[in-house]
Amino acid sequence: MLFRSERNEVSDSHTFMSAPDERGHFGDFGGRFVPEALMPACLELETAFIDAWRDPSFTTEYRQVLREFAGRPTPVTPLDRLSEQLGIRIFAKREDLAHTGSHKINNVVGQTLLTKRMGKHRVIAETGAGQHGVATATASARLGLECTVYMGEIDTERQALNVFRMELLGATVVPVTSGSRTLKDAVNEAMREWVTCVDDTHYCLGSVMGPHPFPWMVREMQSIIGIEAAQQLKDLGVENLDMVVACVGGGSNAAGVFAGFANAPTRLVGIEAAGGSAVGKGSPGVLHGMKSLLMQDEFGQIEEAYSISAGLDYPGIGPEHAYLARSGRAEYFAIGDSDVIHALQVLSLSEGIIPALETAHAVAWLLQEAGKEIPLGSTVLLNLSGRGDKDVAQVREILRGQR
Amino acid sequence: MKSLETHLRALRSTGRKALVPYFVAGLTPDWIQHVEAAVHAGADAVEIGIPFSDPMMDGVVIQGAALRALEAGTTLDSLCAQLLTLSTSVPLIAMTYYNIFHHYGLERSTGKLQSSGVSGAIVPDLPPEEASDWMKASASRDIANIFMVAPSTPPERLGRLARLSEGFCYASARMAVTGKSSESGQGRRVVESIRAVSDIPTYIGIGISTPNQAREACEVSDGVIVGSALVQVILNGGGADDVENFVTSFRRSID
Repeated sequence: MLFRSERNEVSDSHTFMSAPDERGHFGDFGGRFVPEALMPACLELETAFIDAWRDPSFTTEYRQVLREFAGRPTPVTPLDRLSEQLGIRIFAKREDLAHTGSHKINNVVGQTLLTKRMGKHRVIAETGAGQHGVATATASARLGLECTVYMGEIDTERQALNVFRMELLGATVVPVTSGSRTLKDAVNEAMREWVTCVDDTHYCLGSVMGPHPFPWMVREMQSIIGIEAAQQLKDLGVENLDMVVACVGGGSNAAGVFAGFANAPTRLVGIEAAGGSAVGKGSPGVLHGMKSLLMQDEFGQIEEAYSISAGLDYPGIGPEHAYLARSGRAEYFAIGDSDVIHALQVLSLSEGIIPALETAHAVAWLLQEAGKEIPLGSTVLLNLSGRGDKDVAQVREILRGQR
Repeated sequence: MKSLETHLRALRSTGRKALVPYFVAGLTPDWIQHVEAAVHAGADAVEIGIPFSDPMMDGVVIQGAALRALEAGTTLDSLCAQLLTLSTSVPLIAMTYYNIFHHYGLERSTGKLQSSGVSGAIVPDLPPEEASDWMKASASRDIANIFMVAPSTPPERLGRLARLSEGFCYASARMAVTGKSSESGQGRRVVESIRAVSDIPTYIGIGISTPNQAREACEVSDGVIVGSALVQVILNGGGADDVENFVTSFRRSID
C-alpha cells in the first residue's frame, strides 16, 4: 500500500490532493480558525499525525487493524444488471461491507491509534447519521478508550438504533439541543467540550472538515478507498475509468475515493443533498475551524441544512472539496430527497444491495444522468459508502406514507 | 499605538482597574439603555457581542442570547445604527466570530465599526496565523485587535500573541467556553506569563461571574470582563436598573 503522503514527497507540487500548505490551506480554503485554547491541541495533533504517518510501525499497525478488524480490502463489485439498464458500465467500491457498515471505520481506526500514541485515553466525536459515532465507539472499545459522542437531538430520534449501538459499545451519547439540533450543532458542541478536556482527550472528527490538520488527516486515512479501488479496477482489466461518483456531506468518502484518481484522466463527481448543498448554494465563509463553502444568509449567519439523510445534513463541505470545486478538478451536483428513496429501491432490487440514504444520492444521480452527463458506454466507479440497515425503519415509514 | 490602547494605558496609570461588561447586541429592544446603565455604574469600556448563529466559544447563556437577538432581526448594520444613538463615550469593543466580518467584507466591516464608534475587536476564532488580512483592514481604521491567551498557550505562542495584541491582552481564566464557573481558575498564572513578556494592559475573562471573583482577578490583572453572568440578568427579564445594580456591585468590589 502506498500512502498519499509518501507519494507527495516525491511528486511535483501541481498534483491534486497532495498535502496542503504548512498552515493547512488548499488554495483559498482550509486553514485553522479556532479559539486560542484549541490551537495548542491542533498543533500537537498536526505534529503527531505527521510523525505517525511517516512511521512504518504506525502505518503497519494501521493497515493490520484495517485488514484483521475492519475487513479490508473491501471488494469492487460490477453492478451488471444496473449497468445493462443504464447503458453505462458501473463498478461499486463496497465500503458498505466494511466493519460497522461504512467507510467511517477507516478514519477512526487511524485516529484512535493516534490517540493512544499521543498518550490520551479518551475520545469525543460528533455524529450525524450515527455512522461515525458507531465507528468511533467501536474503535474505542477495541482499544479501551473512553468515548463520548455528541449527536443532534433530532438525529438521536431519526437514528435511535445507532444510539443504542453506541451505548452497547460502551460510549456515552450526549443529545445536542442547541441550534438546529443536527450535525452542525453536534460539531459546535464537540468543539466546546474539547476546549475543557484537551489534555487527555482527542477530538475524533469524522469528516474531511474542521481545522488543520483534520481535513488532510482524515482524507489521508480515507485515501485507502481510492488506492485499493484503483488497483482492483486494474486487476479487473479496467484500463480507463471515466468517472468516480460519491456522495458528499462533509466529504470524507468522496475525498477518500477521489484520492486514488485525482491525477488520472478521470472525472471526479460529488453528489450533495439538495438541502445541504454547500458547493451548489454556498459561498466562502468560516465555520467549525475552516474556511470553506458554506450555506449562509446575506448576513453571514449559517443556514440550517435539511436532508432526508442525517449524514448529508450539513451546511458546509470539507475545504479540499471547496478547492477541487473552484479549481474545476471535481464537479458537484445535488439530488433532492424525492429521488433518493427510489434510487435505494432500484439498487436493492437490481443488485441485491441496500445502500445507505447518503449513498443513495449518488445512485440517484447515476439513474438521472446516464446518457446525459454520463455518456453512454462510460465506465463509472460508484463509491458505495454505506449500507442501508440504519435507514430501513425510516424508509419503511416513508414508503408507508406514499401508499 | 491604537487609540484604545492609549486610553487603557492611561486608565491603568490612574490606578483604576478596568471593568468591561459584555452585552449581546439586539438582545432586547432597549439594549442600548443597558449599555448606558452599565457605563453610568462605572464600566470603563463595553464589549458589544455581535450575534452569530454558531458561537463556538460560547456557553449556553450567550448562545441563547445570540439566538434571541438574531430572531429579533439583529444585523451588523442594525446594531451599528443603534450604537450611534449611545450617549456615552467609553470605548466600545466588538466581539464576534470571523464569518460575520468575512461575509460583510473586511474593509467594509472595519469602516462600519469605526464610524459606529467601535475602537477594538475580539474575534476568538481568528488566530494570528489567519489574521493578516483582518489586521491590515483594521490598521487604517484605528480598530485595536485584541487576542486571547489561554491557559494552554505555550510560551512561544504567548509572546507572539502578547506582542500582536492591541488595546489589551485577554487572559482566559479557564479552559472552557464562556459561562459561569465557581472555580478560581488559572487567570493569575496566565496574567503573570503575559506580564513576563509584555507591559500591555491585561484583563481576565471567561467565568468571572461574581464580584468576589472579579476582585480576586484584579489583584493580579488590570481589569476584568464580565459576560455571561450579566447576560443572564437580562435573559431573566432584568432592565436597566438591574444592569446598573449588577455593574455597581462589581465596581465596588474591585475599587
